[in-house]
Amino acid sequence: MRDTLGIIYTGESNVNLQELTLHRSVAALPFAGRYRVIDFILSNMINSGIINVGIITQNNYHSLMDHLDSGKMWDLDRKNGGLFILPPYVSHDNTGWYRGEIDAFRSNMSYIRRSPQNYIVISGSSMVCSLNFEQAIEFHKENKADITIVYKEDKDASVEDLSRHTLIKTDENNRIWDIEVNPNVPESDKISMEMYIIDKKMFEYLIEESVARGRYDFSKDILIRNLKKLKILGYEYKGYLAKIDSIPSYFKNNLEMLNLENFRDLFDKIGPVYTKVKDEVPARYGKNASSINSLVADGCIIEGVVENSILFRGVKVGKDAFVKDSIIMQDTEIQERVILDHVILDKNVIIRKGKRLMGQDKFPVLIRKHSVV
Amino acid sequence: MVAKKCVAMLLAGGQGSRLGVLTKNNAKPAVPFGGKYRIIDFPLSNCTNSGIDTIGVLTQYKPLKLNSYIGIGQPWDLDRLNGGVTILPPYMKQQAGKWYSGTANAICQNIQYIDNYNPEYVLILSGDQIYKLDYSMMLDFHEEKNADVTIAILEVPWEDASRFGIMNTDDDNKIYEFVEKPENPISNKASMGIYIFKWEKLRRYLIEDKNTPESSNDFGKDIIPKMLKDGERMYAYPFKGYWRDVGTIQSLWEANMDLLEDSPELDLYDSNWKIYSRNPVKPPHYTAHNAKVKNCIITEGGMIYGEIDHSVLFAGVTVGKGSKVINSILMPNVIIGENTIIENTVIAENTVVGDNCHIGYTSNALEEPSDKGIKITVVGENLKLPSGFKLDRGIMVDSENLQDYQAII
Repeated sequence: MRDTLGIIYTGESNVNLQELTLHRSVAALPFAGRYRVIDFILSNMINSGIINVGIITQNNYHSLMDHLDSGKMWDLDRKNGGLFILPPYVSHDNTGWYRGEIDAFRSNMSYIRRSPQNYIVISGSSMVCSLNFEQAIEFHKENKADITIVYKEDKDASVEDLSRHTLIKTDENNRIWDIEVNPNVPESDKISMEMYIIDKKMFEYLIEESVARGRYDFSKDILIRNLKKLKILGYEYKGYLAKIDSIPSYFKNNLEMLNLENFRDLFDKIGPVYTKVKDEVPARYGKNASSINSLVADGCIIEGVVENSILFRGVKVGKDAFVKDSIIMQDTEIQERVILDHVILDKNVIIRKGKRLMGQDKFPVLIRKHSVV
Repeated sequence: MVAKKCVAMLLAGGQGSRLGVLTKNNAKPAVPFGGKYRIIDFPLSNCTNSGIDTIGVLTQYKPLKLNSYIGIGQPWDLDRLNGGVTILPPYMKQQAGKWYSGTANAICQNIQYIDNYNPEYVLILSGDQIYKLDYSMMLDFHEEKNADVTIAILEVPWEDASRFGIMNTDDDNKIYEFVEKPENPISNKASMGIYIFKWEKLRRYLIEDKNTPESSNDFGKDIIPKMLKDGERMYAYPFKGYWRDVGTIQSLWEANMDLLEDSPELDLYDSNWKIYSRNPVKPPHYTAHNAKVKNCIITEGGMIYGEIDHSVLFAGVTVGKGSKVINSILMPNVIIGENTIIENTVIAENTVVGDNCHIGYTSNALEEPSDKGIKITVVGENLKLPSGFKLDRGIMVDSENLQDYQAII
């Protein structure tokens, strides 16, 4: 695995996440009580033995850089390899604004070329899973694939859900023969996880060739155009997958962590999930506190009642407050007698005494960062 | 090497025999405290927060866990280019190596380490106390008084004064007398075992002490009395706030329980004075549908299916369905089975307790009127207590005597 370079592209569009991504990229979205979305893919790579990871940033990457720091918490402060944050820049042949993933990869080609690894794992940053890349690369090598795409077959997915993704069709030899991007009428339930394994030489060639022809969309211009010419295989991922792509899905995916099967799949299967350390005090429950079917992170002080909820680090729940089916982000204060039901509170929100907020399953109430209600 | 104004020396070599099975394979400073800390986090964090970045940690007794816990000092921001944290075990010299024979001897054997930094002052700390203290304020006091040694003191309740080393001072906090455990104390100013010395002075006294064969090479017993006798300028720095010596099971248990008070005297939430520690890499703790959690501390990685009342749970603890944990401390990665009762008990790291057990059992609960003086049951680390196991209140088990109790079932 020392022969594999990891590239994480964090420039995905995020219009469906509304205010949650007003000041941050999807990669920096808080998830599962203690983490940011990017922690999962990054930890997957580290747990699979990848020690050279480049992170391409585009939108609002300040919060992401603050989170990643020197990569120390992921054990990526290395002399050989380690963590490289690759922000956009302006030069004679580069505008600093990427026209698509291909443009982004091209801008960072010097880093990619300089890396000694012969294989590349490319991943987006909006999927949360526990994938062992070692096995996926083994599959890639064994089958002598040109490109391997990791996918998840989701039989229960709705049409609406599927049409937000790139879908693939595979034959009995795992060869992909069709790809559709955001189709109105989905014909497959195999969702591309936007994770690709590819030889570096091949990657360099495909990127340069596309740019030369003014093509910048990785799925449409590289994958779909080359379905016949190249051996593109699908590698099935069978574990838990969360696709962070809209407010309802963000809400649902977070609450899915309360199902221990999903929780164990993410946290116990391939190794620890690393994140930035905050040196918080352990969580503290008061004399009349209660917490049922919930995840509670360090630094919380709970005097009230918490049910079916996820509390991030440093949340305060006042006396006689009731928090139900809600996602409460870092350093939020819920004062006495507040009632929250189906609510997402972004960071540093204060809900004053006695206030009530109620949302619905598909329409959770979303309160912006730093709001006071 | 760039000279440092003040170098800290942390005495972490004591066996801590009064902590029994908790320090059987583990030095006292590495004993877990307060849900995610180890005792040594307090002096190390105090140093970092006080701007002291050069710390020698003197180890001797069972240092493996402590060594790997400290590592290169990164959690305390002590991985520095110049200075940082250095572990100082006893070592061989040309003639022969010698174990540290006392607190002063431990420093004496590392004169070379301190000389490297050519400091003006040396701060001596011990690794068995829970407190927050800004050493830079103490250092200011020391400089202002132009003292040769400054000793941090705490005003203890008069009835306890005879258990401590007591400083008798004049109005200006100048120490004129030092009495070890006085029968009739005339002051209640107890030494906290935290000293700042002028290095040049201390260096001289350490060498003199080394050449005094009858000396026990101890700061409290030899160095301090000798300096007082010689008329050196000695001052008492009054400390106010929470301070506990957690050298016994009882005091360790009580200090943990203090954190469960409505507003604990020891404020761990001050963002300007964080207590740093090596953080567990674990997800948030989970409380299940039938869990009851009140008046307790639970750390990340916990899986709670049972009932927790007035207890401190460290990282990665599992408590099974129908089990009750009351007035207890469960150290990292302890697993409690189903329908088990744990009361007034300390369970050390990685121990597994089966189903339907009763630990801290007493046939006469009424015998003990209050929390004070409760007998604490202690279960050592890495044990497996089989299902149906009963353990009486006040008993201490480890791998050696576990068999004696299994028969009682």
